[in-house]
Parts: sequence; C-alpha cells; structure tokens
Amino acid sequence: MNLTIFLLALFDGISYAALVFIVALGLTLIFGVMRILNVAHGSLYAIGAYATVSLTGFFLALGFAPVFAFPLMLVSAVLVGVLLGGPIEWLLLRRIYDKPEVLQLLVTFAVFMILEDVQRLVWGTQPYFRASALQALGNVTLFGVTYTVYQLILLPLVAIGLLFGLRFFLRHTVIGKLILATTEDREAAQSIGIDADRVFLFTFVVGAVLAGLGGALASPTTSILPGMGADMIVLSFAVVATAGLGQIGGAAIAALMIGLGRSFAVYVWPEVAVLVPYLIMVLVLLVRPEGLFGSPVARKI
Amino acid sequence: MKKLLTTSALCVAMPLAAMAADKPEALKIGMTTFLTGPASVFGVPARDAMNIFVENLNAEGGINGVPIEVTYIDEGAGAEALTSEYRRVAQTEGAEVMLASISSGNCQTLAPLAEDLKVPNLMWDCGTQRIFEEGSYDYVFRPQGNATSEMLAAVAYLLKTHPDFKTIAVVNQDYAWGRDSWDIFHTALEVMKPDVEVVGEFFPKFGAPDFSTEISRLQALRPDVVLSTSWGGDLDTFVQQAFQRGLMNTSTFVLPLAESSLERLGSSLPAGHIVGARGDHYFLHPERRDDPDFKGFMEQYKEATGDIPVYSVFHASQAFSALKTAYEKAIADNGVDWPDEEQLLAALDGLEFQGLGRALHLREDHQGVESQLMGTSAQTGEYPFATLENIMIFDGEGLLPPVGETSIDWIKGLDASFADALSVETYEN
Repeated sequence: MNLTIFLLALFDGISYAALVFIVALGLTLIFGVMRILNVAHGSLYAIGAYATVSLTGFFLALGFAPVFAFPLMLVSAVLVGVLLGGPIEWLLLRRIYDKPEVLQLLVTFAVFMILEDVQRLVWGTQPYFRASALQALGNVTLFGVTYTVYQLILLPLVAIGLLFGLRFFLRHTVIGKLILATTEDREAAQSIGIDADRVFLFTFVVGAVLAGLGGALASPTTSILPGMGADMIVLSFAVVATAGLGQIGGAAIAALMIGLGRSFAVYVWPEVAVLVPYLIMVLVLLVRPEGLFGSPVARKI
Repeated sequence: MKKLLTTSALCVAMPLAAMAADKPEALKIGMTTFLTGPASVFGVPARDAMNIFVENLNAEGGINGVPIEVTYIDEGAGAEALTSEYRRVAQTEGAEVMLASISSGNCQTLAPLAEDLKVPNLMWDCGTQRIFEEGSYDYVFRPQGNATSEMLAAVAYLLKTHPDFKTIAVVNQDYAWGRDSWDIFHTALEVMKPDVEVVGEFFPKFGAPDFSTEISRLQALRPDVVLSTSWGGDLDTFVQQAFQRGLMNTSTFVLPLAESSLERLGSSLPAGHIVGARGDHYFLHPERRDDPDFKGFMEQYKEATGDIPVYSVFHASQAFSALKTAYEKAIADNGVDWPDEEQLLAALDGLEFQGLGRALHLREDHQGVESQLMGTSAQTGEYPFATLENIMIFDGEGLLPPVGETSIDWIKGLDASFADALSVETYEN
C-alpha cells in the first residue's frame, strides 16, 4: 500500500465517518440524558432525508437556485425534530421513563415500525435521488481521483462543528448546564427547581433534529428508499455501543474508527468491508464491555 | 337396485368427467410480487400492469367467457409468510394457476412447492438459471429467459461494441444474483476474450447507501470497463455517485439491468454506456413500438401510473400471455369449454406466445426462449432521461445451453467465435 492509496482511503473513511457520526450523535445524546435507546432514531433519519428531497424538489421547481437546498436541509431537520420528535417524547416516552428498559426499547421499536409504514404511505416505494446540493458545490481532484466537495469537505466540517458546538452548548450555556444537572441526578435537579420534563423534551427534540439533519445531509449522496432507516440505526448503534453509550466525544472517535476501518478494507480486502464495523464493535466490547469511553455504571442495556 | 344403477352409471361417467372440467365462474390466479422492500421497484409496476392486462381481457369477455381474478401475494413479507400465503391461495382459494416469483430464492422455494401442490406455476420474473438445470418439473414453466441468456447477451454486446478493452472491474450486490451473474459473465469472458484482466471485484452489501470508497478505488485503478448487475436503489446510487465524480468519463459502464432505472437516473446516465433489459424489454422496442397493441398499452400504463414501463412489466405481459394462450390452446385442441389440469399442462408444453416484446416459446425443459435487447445510452433531449441507441436484439436460442446441460459447463466449452455466431438484429435507436 503506497502513500497515495493510504491517503485516498483516509479521505473516504473520514467523509463516511462524518455522516455516521452526525446520526450517532443524536442517538447518544438522547441515551446519555434520558437513558433511552431510541430505535425510532432510524426513522427520523429517513424522514429527514425524504422531507429534504420533497422540499428541495418543490422549491427548485419554483425556480430557486440549487444553493437554496442547504437552508432547506436545516428546515427539514427542524421540522422532523419538532413535528415528530416533540410528540414522541411528550405523548409516549414521558409515560415510560420508570418502566423496565425492555418495555422502553419495545415502545421505540414500535414507533420505528409505524414510521416505516408512514414513509411508505407518504412517499411510496420508488427510490428518490436529488443531488442538487451536492452538484452546487462542485468537485475537487486529489491524486488523480475526483471527490465531491460536499462529501470530502462539507460533511466533515459539519460533523466537527456539531461536535464542538454541542460540547460548548452543554458546558457553557445555562440550558446546557440544566441538561447536565438533570443527567447527573434527576431528583436532585428537580429539588432545586429544574423542570426535568422540559429538559427531557428539549433534549429529545435536539436529538431528533440531529437525526433529521443526518438524513438531510445524506440525501444528496444516496437513493432515498424504504429501509434506509433500519440500516442507519444498526450502524449508528454500532458506533454508539463501541464508544460507550452516552459518550459524545467517544462517538466521534468510534465513528472515525469504523469509517476508516471500512474504507481501508475496501482497498485491502473488499470481501470483509461489510463486516468491519461490527468486527470493531465486537472486539471493543470483548475487551471493554462498557465501550471505549463508557463507565460500567452507565450501562443499561 | 336403482341406487346401484346410478352408482354404476356414475362410475362409467367418471373418466369422461375428468376430460372436461366445468367452466368456472372465474379463473382465479395467484401472483407473487414485491409490494414492499427494495424490489418493489419491479413488483409494484408489474402489479399495476397485471391489473391493466386483466381489466382489458375481462372487458373483452375473459377467456372463453370466463373472467380472470388475481390475488397478489407480497414477496417482501419474508419466505415463511410467502409459502403459507402461496399454499392458502393455491389450495383454499382454489387458484388454478400461480405466477411466482420475482426473487430467485423464492422461485427455488416455490417451484418444489408448486410440484407438491400440483398447481401449474409460471416463474414470471426470477433470473436464476439453476431451477431447470438442477431439477425437472411437471408443473413449473418459465415464460422468460434466465440469467445465462441475459449475461451472455451483455458479454456479446460488449465484445461487439468494445472489442479492444483490456481491463474490467465489477461492483455487484452481495447476494445470490450479484455473485451468480458475475460468475456467468466472468466465465464467459475467460473463454471469449482470455486477455482481459479483472482488476477489481467489489461486492458491497445489498442496499448499501454509499459507494464512495469503491468509486475512489475504481478511479485509482482506471479499468476500461466497469460491470454492475445491480438494480433499484443500489444501481441508482452507484451510477449517480460515479457520475458525480467523473468516473463515467473514464470507464465504460456495462449495466445489464439499467433499463429499469433509466427514468429515475435522468441526466445522470451520460451517453456511451451499455444498458441491458433482462430480455427484449424497452418502452421504445424498435420492432414493436409501432404495433397498435404495444402503443395502446404504453398509453394505458402511462395514464395509470405516470411512468414508463420497466422490464418487470414486460415479464408480467409474457406470463399473462402464456396463461391466456395456454388456456385458449387447450380449449381449442380438446374441443372443450374449459380444460382440466392435464390438458392445460399439455398445452403449456412447447407453447408459443407473445407479450409486449418478440414472440417466445417454451423448450422441452420448460425454459422460455426470450430474445435479449442491449443498447448504448444516449441523451437525445427527446426525453428528460437517457434512451438507447445502437440497439441489438439477440435471438434467445443461441444464448441458452442445450437442454440437459448446465450453464457454466456449457459456457466453459465456448470460444471467441461465440459473439459472431449469434443471430442478431441491429437498430440505430
């Protein structure tokens, strides 16, 4: 393996990891704060992608410039978070925080199944593809290989921005500190006057927005079709479990490991590329059952 | 005594009764198709088309006055649900003929089941060549070609249009079809053009959302030809990503199933790439596009769905035509109002019929002989998506191994003269 191929695999791995990380970030945030593994996260991802495709299609048909697709991604993500994430927490999850974990898992799984069928009802079964956002940014050629600016530069930048943005938000803003306090000890936080219900609702909506944003950002690069949510929830769960549930910085490192592992496998031994994320997860969990950065008490499932 | 007489009379009449079945109120048929899951890109259009065929025929009075009723079974529900539904429709609902299926795996499960249930089954869309090569069936027929004829047509077209290519890479879905189709293609290349080097073999997971890494690798390898037998969302994503990153300017793509993605790919499938259609299936079929039945159906389908029909619609038309022709033939041959099962099976043997493409016939092993259409993509501006030019329609007979031989063994005995010996018609567009 020469240096060029090493660098190519590195670029591919990073842009893949960026997308996986954005989705895993929402999943791990929700788990970290609320101790719920939200399987419906996969559906929110898929609906974010579908919503972006529909909105972009609608506005571009009205004659807007392709660059307009970028704000529409944000709009879709926020719509998913508020219109779906909000009611899911408020109507369903709020009732089951003190119930056994298995029940919580089943409830979010049920929501996932329902939303999968909703997608089929609304958008049908034919794949959609709308790459206007990606095409608007053009290409860049490195070592004779052409990459899209969108995947090579924009996605990693967004991922890094979100990672540091979320860390800053949690540690240096009042709302962030309220969230951290509630995470630490819900009863103690309530006793000093923090409205834990609102903190949970807010956290879940933010997590759902991140899932929707992952879908929105993925939409110009891939076919949007039924079943995409299931794949993503499995992969992002692998990232979150490898990192340790609830570990935000850890999720970034685990996503990088899995992304790089997969892309190097395609260059060196393509047959195992599919297996790599799960091999990494199994190896890490064999040595550290609580994940790379998890602490044993944090484990719940 | 009277009772005894009646019984004896009945006994005498029994063999006669077996020769002519009563005309049923309706001819019930069951059809398995993907209504959910990734393969619904084929299953849903086929169902929509089937509804049109049935409606048209029933409006004309059905088969000998008997209207047709179809029950659809979703192949996306999983193998277990599929077999129990198949049993239910064939036995409890009393379907006289079954049409199964799209997935090759499902065909392999359902063919022996049809044999057990003694229900005539038309394998209307699945591709695997193994069914009749590894077993022999009385009740199972295939009104379409198979993977061998489809892949050999792709190889022959590639050799005829790009005789000088030196390197090839493959990117197929990681499941039975992706592996088997490459096996056939590769074996054929080895004997027909032994100097070609395979520089990369990639089998990304079925349903993979991202092929960026494979595309980077292909750009570094620079193969003359990139083969992908993928379909549906996987093919769309692969071609879109390859197009976005300029890979389609440096390599010629061979896409034996891309006819089913033409409309969705739009302008992302540039000119100069090889497109196949799993048979002579193309909404602008050069030999058929001016025929009134063809034109009439295209308009009806467009009105009902808003789309252009893809190959699964053509396969459904072939199965429907085989069914209708077999019943009509059995009725005429035996001079009955309605054929019994034996008469129907006899009519299906060696049946000649025609769907939306060229006429087909069934061989003695029940394998259909289907012509294969291949073409090169062109963006003419007439449609908002790529259409085909330099179209070749290969006669199906030369693309199948003789009855009783297995495909891979037969292909191993072929040589470089294969493509030149095929009977082929060429059309500019």
